[in-house]
Amino acid sequence: MPARTRTLARQESRLAFRLISPTLLIVLVVVVLPVVWTISLAFQDVRLINLRDAGFFGEYDLDNFTTVFGSSGFWSSLWTTVVYTVGATLGSIVIGLIAALALRRPFRGRGVLRAAMLLPYVAPVVAATFVWSVALNPQFGIVNDWGTRFLGWDEPVPFLSQRDYSVGLFGMDVTVPLALLTVIAFEAWRYFPFAFLFIIARLQALPSELDEAAVVDGTSIWQRFRYITLPQLMPVIALLTILRFIFTFNKFDDIYLLTGGGAGTEVVSIRVYEFLTARTDIGAAAAQSLVLAAVLVVFIAVYMRTAAARGETS
Amino acid sequence: MSVETVATAPAPSGRPPRTPSRGRRHHPRSREERVWGALRVVTIVVLALATILPFVYMLVLSVRPIAEVLLEPGRLWVSPSEFTTDTYREVLTPVDDGGQGFLRYMGNSALVATVTVVVTLLASILGAYAVSRLAFRGRGATGYLFLTVYLFPPILLAIPLFVLFSQLSLRGNLLALAIVYVAQTVPVAIYMLRNYFATIPVSLEEAALIDGCTRFGVIRRISLPLSMPSLIATGLYVFMIAWNEFLFALLFLVERRDNWTVSLGLSRLSGSIEVPTTVLMAGSVVLTVPIIALFFLAERMLVEGLTSGAEKG
Repeated sequence: MPARTRTLARQESRLAFRLISPTLLIVLVVVVLPVVWTISLAFQDVRLINLRDAGFFGEYDLDNFTTVFGSSGFWSSLWTTVVYTVGATLGSIVIGLIAALALRRPFRGRGVLRAAMLLPYVAPVVAATFVWSVALNPQFGIVNDWGTRFLGWDEPVPFLSQRDYSVGLFGMDVTVPLALLTVIAFEAWRYFPFAFLFIIARLQALPSELDEAAVVDGTSIWQRFRYITLPQLMPVIALLTILRFIFTFNKFDDIYLLTGGGAGTEVVSIRVYEFLTARTDIGAAAAQSLVLAAVLVVFIAVYMRTAAARGETS
Repeated sequence: MSVETVATAPAPSGRPPRTPSRGRRHHPRSREERVWGALRVVTIVVLALATILPFVYMLVLSVRPIAEVLLEPGRLWVSPSEFTTDTYREVLTPVDDGGQGFLRYMGNSALVATVTVVVTLLASILGAYAVSRLAFRGRGATGYLFLTVYLFPPILLAIPLFVLFSQLSLRGNLLALAIVYVAQTVPVAIYMLRNYFATIPVSLEEAALIDGCTRFGVIRRISLPLSMPSLIATGLYVFMIAWNEFLFALLFLVERRDNWTVSLGLSRLSGSIEVPTTVLMAGSVVLTVPIIALFFLAERMLVEGLTSGAEKG
């Protein structure tokens, strides 16, 4: 490489570093340092009372982790997190896919409807959860009022406050985790617009030749979806799966606002919050949040590997 | 919107009719098409109801007196005799005058969100330009910035920040909260802007550089004016995230009532039994309307900015 180009390249790279340094600085201070600090806190005995002296260095031990791994509450909340994440991710993507297919071809009013479809995603989470909890309220909620009046429910259903609910299904009594299902439904409702946006953008960029050729060949609508459209959507669905999985796994607000973590909906994020504020055990809170992050990394690594093996990633 | 027209809507001009039945000739549609067509209409109606009804419910409850709601919880319309705006008056009046003080909370939310937008845009314009135009070592690694920020649970970051802010007595400080929001929004802003900067022809910038423009001059005179729509969309998205945020506001502001954001105010008050549900519904409307209004103003730009990567697969 001639000397002059090398200097130019060096100049350019120095400029690039200057341009990106504000971003790096903020991310360093508000993300990277806190992560390192959390790791250090997880190995110390820090309570709210001795918060003043809490720092990077202290007496390190594994007590927080032994407590965390030894408590049954942690394992059950980890399991709840997994069920919640898988259910909500699947639900939002399936509904988003159905919505995108239904709105694929133009019709009058599609523009308005398409915008309205994004309402749950755009609306503030506090307002959305508040409307849901009022609507599902057993005393004066509209859902229970309509349910008992028009759908023949014997009594109001406490959607957000009952852990197990038995329903008669084909003559059998089946117990379902009612509150958990409700928060999963909320999450699917709130985030299907996100999946819808990505899928419909991809749908409308698909070339139509394949589809038209398949029509000439006399294929059914279902066959054309299953063997032509769906495979072409797989990359974007894979991307959505990973994005939604990450975001839902770490979710705190939605469940905290709907149930406060009660009735079998205590995910790890909520448990960490409880340890941080109510129990003021900062060390144990840090340890649990680290385990949460580690489990997520393992899930993603496994997913990436399977996806790569199947050749689904783009 | 007329949902009934769905099944009979003509194919758009410029595209050949997909099936004969779509055109003017009245060939009977096959049974398969009719079944799927009906399913499609049902799906559209159900989705429209599921997304719109909760917000109608919010609006309706906010203008009905609480006594009427308890009496008739299942009604989704307002009769003129019971229509009231007292709920809004109560929710907006300052706490000292016996109200709930939401006007002040809105001011706090607007301040935090605006500061977040300004700082995030400044940082991400520079960052996105560097990533999309300049060759440097570690350019590829900026993609991992995303992962580092979003992979870690917000609650994990909240713990040390909670400790740090307590030690620096920054808890309750709105600007400190805004800095946390900036860190949460900068990666997605860089992602959105980078996609857009990449579509601007390099030749334009090279011409300006040859004419003696500096790199900052190029950003200011060429990149920024050309990417105005994308900048607005990104700014709005960031505003939305900051306005809607709840967890950090809860952890940092809860003890300082005069610094509450609207989200925090609503969630704190909804736990108490003293405030009627209808008043809180008015609070929800007040919290939701600014965001929805902004969103509809810029829906198209926002959607394109977010999904521009998705079209390529």
